[in-house]
Amino acid sequence: MTPLLKYTLRLADNALIIGHRLSEWCGHGPVLEQDIALTNMALDHLGQARSLYQYAAEQVNNMPAAEKKNLFTGDAIQGLIREGGMIDEDNVAYLRDGWDFCNILLVEQPNNDWAYTIARSFFYDTFNYFFYTELRNSKDTTLSAVAEKSLKEVLYHKRWSGEWMIRLGDGTEESHTRIQQAVNDLWMYTGEFFKMDEVDTTMLQNGDGVDLPAVKMQWEQRVAAILEEATLQLPPTGWMQDGGKQGVHTEHLGYVLAELQFMQRAYPRHVW
Amino acid sequence: MGTIEIKEGGVMSELTESRIYEWLSAVTDPEVPVLTILDLGIVRKVSISNTEKGAAVTISITPTYSGCPAMDVISVGIRMALLSQGIKDIKIELQLSPAWTTDWMTEDGKRKLKEYGIAPPNRKAFQPLGFFEEEEVTCPRCGAADTTLVSNFGPTSCKALYKCLSCFEPFEHFKCH
Repeated sequence: MTPLLKYTLRLADNALIIGHRLSEWCGHGPVLEQDIALTNMALDHLGQARSLYQYAAEQVNNMPAAEKKNLFTGDAIQGLIREGGMIDEDNVAYLRDGWDFCNILLVEQPNNDWAYTIARSFFYDTFNYFFYTELRNSKDTTLSAVAEKSLKEVLYHKRWSGEWMIRLGDGTEESHTRIQQAVNDLWMYTGEFFKMDEVDTTMLQNGDGVDLPAVKMQWEQRVAAILEEATLQLPPTGWMQDGGKQGVHTEHLGYVLAELQFMQRAYPRHVW
Repeated sequence: MGTIEIKEGGVMSELTESRIYEWLSAVTDPEVPVLTILDLGIVRKVSISNTEKGAAVTISITPTYSGCPAMDVISVGIRMALLSQGIKDIKIELQLSPAWTTDWMTEDGKRKLKEYGIAPPNRKAFQPLGFFEEEEVTCPRCGAADTTLVSNFGPTSCKALYKCLSCFEPFEHFKCH
């Protein structure tokens, strides 16, 4: 798999999975306005995922046959490619198995309660903001266009989750305790944002990718400032769990995919 | 390239970009039907070429928000508008960059929005607001400036929910984006 395809899929999978998690709140939000806010943001993520999956599918379709023999482990999508068919964004989203998903672990973590949902979004939205700001300078014109477009939407997300962090942290004793717990529990999944592997390094060297350690400095500053305003403790530096970008996931992703992909797996190529 | 002609009402006439823009002005946003796609500023480019089979038209449109479900309906609307004028070779391209902004909305569009009961975008896009800071939005019904934000997210991606503290009517605001 080319570094560009892997990079595109990682971004697309992040967007799809966080979008799916937020959409699980639909009809369960604490108040109507927040229910609508979550589904609005889920829709933004889904739209970004769609642009990126279209780009991924285009890359696969343009590859020479020999290069696309073993792109994915699952036969549902690899079979389509083997038959010589063109794949599209839906195939990439619905027909890959868990191993082929390369989203970071944070986005697949369950909603649990309002505090976990907010903390997860806060960490991710803050990262996304600085990441897409940098990705706008990518030499890859599709990635830079997606970044430019997405950044405007991410601004709303970042503001929303940041305000909620402050509201909960600086709120009641109950809300403070619960958001602090969520911050502590999710902290170990934030290291993966910034861990450069071969794909990241190659993309950066080519002028297509983002310098993650540079984003890390901005992210840490921003997160520390908001946590302070929210009267919350910044968790100590410690062990960081990674693996998602390489396709090694927590047990939660399987359940997400089982629900997300059910229709296409049960009724292959079904349209409505 | 020579003049491209189409048959209109039994007579041949020249196919120009401005003719096509005229046809596109009949295509409206399914979510906000008072706005045409030209009012919204989402049509980025129109180009005409001549093929063996006749005129071919390419329309570039840009989405308002990445996940806007109206884009598919709008594409169909464009196709129908051109087909009904006898154009058969139609290509619709989705262009992401430069990203759409409410600064591209026409003044006429803003006026129509207000008459429809939606407060139009009222400042240059991309002056970021601080935490808990609210935009100054005028009530589209009574004109009072005394309004309050209910939620930054509304029934569609492009709108926020507001309430007028003078006439107490809830209303939607087309966000500056």
